Amino acid sequence: MSTATPSPQTTSLPEEPQRARRKVGLKTTVVYALAALVTLLAWVLDTPADARTTFQFGTSGDLVSIPDIDVPALGFLVVLLVVMLVATGFSVWRWRDRRPMPSWAHVVVGVAFVLAFLTFVGAGRSTVIPMVSLLAGALALSVPLVFGAMSGVICERSGIINIAIEGQLLSGAFMGAVVASAAGSAYLGLVAAPLAGALVGAGLAWFSVSFRVNQIIVGVVLNTLIIGLTGFLFSTVLSDNKELWNSRMPLPRLPIPLLSDIPVVGPVLFDQTILVYLMYALIFGLQFMLFRSRWGLRTRAVGEHPKAADTVGIKVNVRRVWNTILGGAIAGLGGAFFTVGSGLAFGREMSAGQGYIALAAMILGKWNPWGAVMAALLFGFSKNLGNVLSSIGSGVPSELLLMLPYVITILAVAGFVGRVRPPAAEGVPYTKS
Amino acid sequence: MSDQTPGHTPERPDAGEEQSVAATPPGETGGPTVREQERPGVLQQILGGSALMSVLAVVLALFIGGLLIAFADEDTREAATYFFARPLDTISAGWTAMAEAYVAMFRGSVFDWQAATFAGAVKPLTESMVFAIPLILAGLGIAVGFRAGLFNIGAQGQIIVGAIVAAWLGFAFDLPPVIHLLVAILGGAIGGAVWGGIPGVLKARFGANEVIVTIMLNYIAVYLISYILKQPGFNPGRTGQRSPAVSPDATYPLLVPQWLWPDNGFRLHWGFVVAILATVFVWWLMERSTVGFQIRAVGANPAAARTAGMSVGRITVITMVVAGALAGLAATGQVLGTERSLTAGVAASFGFDAITVALLGRSRPWGTFFAGLLFGALKAGGFLMQSLTSTPIDIVLVVQSLIVLFIAAPPLVRTVFRLPDPDRRRRRKAGPGTTPQEATA
Repeated sequence: MSTATPSPQTTSLPEEPQRARRKVGLKTTVVYALAALVTLLAWVLDTPADARTTFQFGTSGDLVSIPDIDVPALGFLVVLLVVMLVATGFSVWRWRDRRPMPSWAHVVVGVAFVLAFLTFVGAGRSTVIPMVSLLAGALALSVPLVFGAMSGVICERSGIINIAIEGQLLSGAFMGAVVASAAGSAYLGLVAAPLAGALVGAGLAWFSVSFRVNQIIVGVVLNTLIIGLTGFLFSTVLSDNKELWNSRMPLPRLPIPLLSDIPVVGPVLFDQTILVYLMYALIFGLQFMLFRSRWGLRTRAVGEHPKAADTVGIKVNVRRVWNTILGGAIAGLGGAFFTVGSGLAFGREMSAGQGYIALAAMILGKWNPWGAVMAALLFGFSKNLGNVLSSIGSGVPSELLLMLPYVITILAVAGFVGRVRPPAAEGVPYTKS
Repeated sequence: MSDQTPGHTPERPDAGEEQSVAATPPGETGGPTVREQERPGVLQQILGGSALMSVLAVVLALFIGGLLIAFADEDTREAATYFFARPLDTISAGWTAMAEAYVAMFRGSVFDWQAATFAGAVKPLTESMVFAIPLILAGLGIAVGFRAGLFNIGAQGQIIVGAIVAAWLGFAFDLPPVIHLLVAILGGAIGGAVWGGIPGVLKARFGANEVIVTIMLNYIAVYLISYILKQPGFNPGRTGQRSPAVSPDATYPLLVPQWLWPDNGFRLHWGFVVAILATVFVWWLMERSTVGFQIRAVGANPAAARTAGMSVGRITVITMVVAGALAGLAATGQVLGTERSLTAGVAASFGFDAITVALLGRSRPWGTFFAGLLFGALKAGGFLMQSLTSTPIDIVLVVQSLIVLFIAAPPLVRTVFRLPDPDRRRRRKAGPGTTPQEATA
């Protein structure tokens, strides 16, 4: 993976000034200004003065019912526009001081932009904008992405490119459904799903470490293999006896006392299945382990400079194999979300390319657990936004909205969101010489 | 192989892959690969060479696919319940299931001896060729990318965009017969070339990883086609599923016309000729042209190519444009030949199948051509197999991917068939530090 290829212009420049300039470029300002411009031209000017937008924050099960919030659309849009303009000005000021923008500013502008869009969509309509279901749906769509991206982080940090996330998700979904259905317990499905994912991970490790086959090729082919295999078994064994092998086994929701009663946040984050709680634990655990533990240090060493790692006695290939298997297990667990996690039976190709999106989320998150989570949430949110908008029937074509995360990813890997640097030894088989 | 040490070149993974996909051509000044240093004898070449390996990989994959078919067969499973009492029952039931499926596959893809007429008997072969057209063309595009060390997963998106342009030119305009077809073909190729050129430019200019960009562009193309099919001009039936039919002037004529062979019922069209011409063109481009030499040089070692004065960025863009154009041609085979209108599923899974085609063909033009024919046959045969024996067509995917896995890992196949390792003798001569796997990795 060669994102580090120097472009013709930058090669002539010495390294240090270029890095400084990259860090505090005007890109942030341009993005902020674009957001403000879109808000002004597409939404502010197009909203009637007397239109109102209603945001719904409550759910039916709330202790304290929260009233819908009704705002004058144009006024609110102008406020949001001003927020974006102030942020733009702020970024110019920071740029002159050669200081980068703090990350909370990105969040503020992002939230303002999304709110502006929602205000515009809901303006003058009788339908409310359902904020809780918007956010909860976004989280639900993000769960497999987060698991997949975590799998990618573990594998790629140790130097194995994991394109097979898709296959791992799908095999996890399959085994989760089959075992849960046959054993009659959704929790047993949660045990089986990571095993299936780990098996795919082991295949990836076997071919890429033992046979030194190009890892991207193995990944792509394993994905095809799993799609074929699960599809084959689905239409033979599983459909011969649906009751036994493929009945729906939903995981129960486990609301956390107190926390789940917090308005908006509670129902979104803390009224979930155990799979989602496992995801929270995984995110924090991986973030800690990767940067604060011996395992993490060694994993990163193996991915960045295997020769040096070998020199100090780390077994490079053993570490890579186990990390790939672990990554596969995590993605497999995420795959269980498609079936037992959402209470659905297994369906053909039900992962539908989410593994590739997870890969993109990991790259957009710069190979960091936290960044990958943020990117996965972004993908989940925009996908759900597209779904919600097409169901409330806005004039915005949902396809164009659904394209957005992919366009953002392309811009990101093209270096627009900042330098994206993969682990140095990624994809290179290691042999002791 | 010393260029694979970390920190040497930013294109390492691609370059590593290229060691197998593109052998160094004779006369090139760049470092010769292990393969080049030691030319093995004829017998060794046959025994350990790629041709036999490919055949064995196919055989092994079909065998494992057969085991799966047997496993999914109800009679076999029933017999397996008393396996220890009468094991032969299980084996014979499994063998029957496997044989039935593969016989049906053969009848659906090569020759159907139960057909009433001779035309009906050879029709399966022409069906295989019809399925092979997009596979060959898109596979060629991916193969060209491999030779330059680029992993182009975006054939799917390139096919979709090429199909949109070709179909639009085909139904929205009114041109004289032959010109209309040529314009539509060219439009399809340009559409694919633009979609393929984007990752090329982004990689050349910003170093953006082509794997990710092409994956993203695939999804964008999927949403693009679903958006476009809802636009008034593309949506006469108001279903958002199918565009107006392409004008007869802009469709590929049938390869075996009715006046030559009445009632033949073949669907095979001139797209197959385009596929052959494209194969010849790619062979010329890669083996005989300066650009092709540069593409191979960049693929073998970008740092060396840059040192030799080649513009790696320019070659990257050219390669991706050519790859996209070939995928666009694959799209014309569908919209101007087989389907004759634009549908949301126009690209089916051709873009991904094409990757396996290019891998099986070892990125050689004629290798890709025959790999495309083989996978086209698997696909055509799969449909008959599905309808006759209720073996789902997914088994074709399994067999395809197993073939590629085995081809990618020759040591595995050698172990299974107990073949000698042809590299062992050479490894000793090449000195320590060069393992056979490095040449085949």
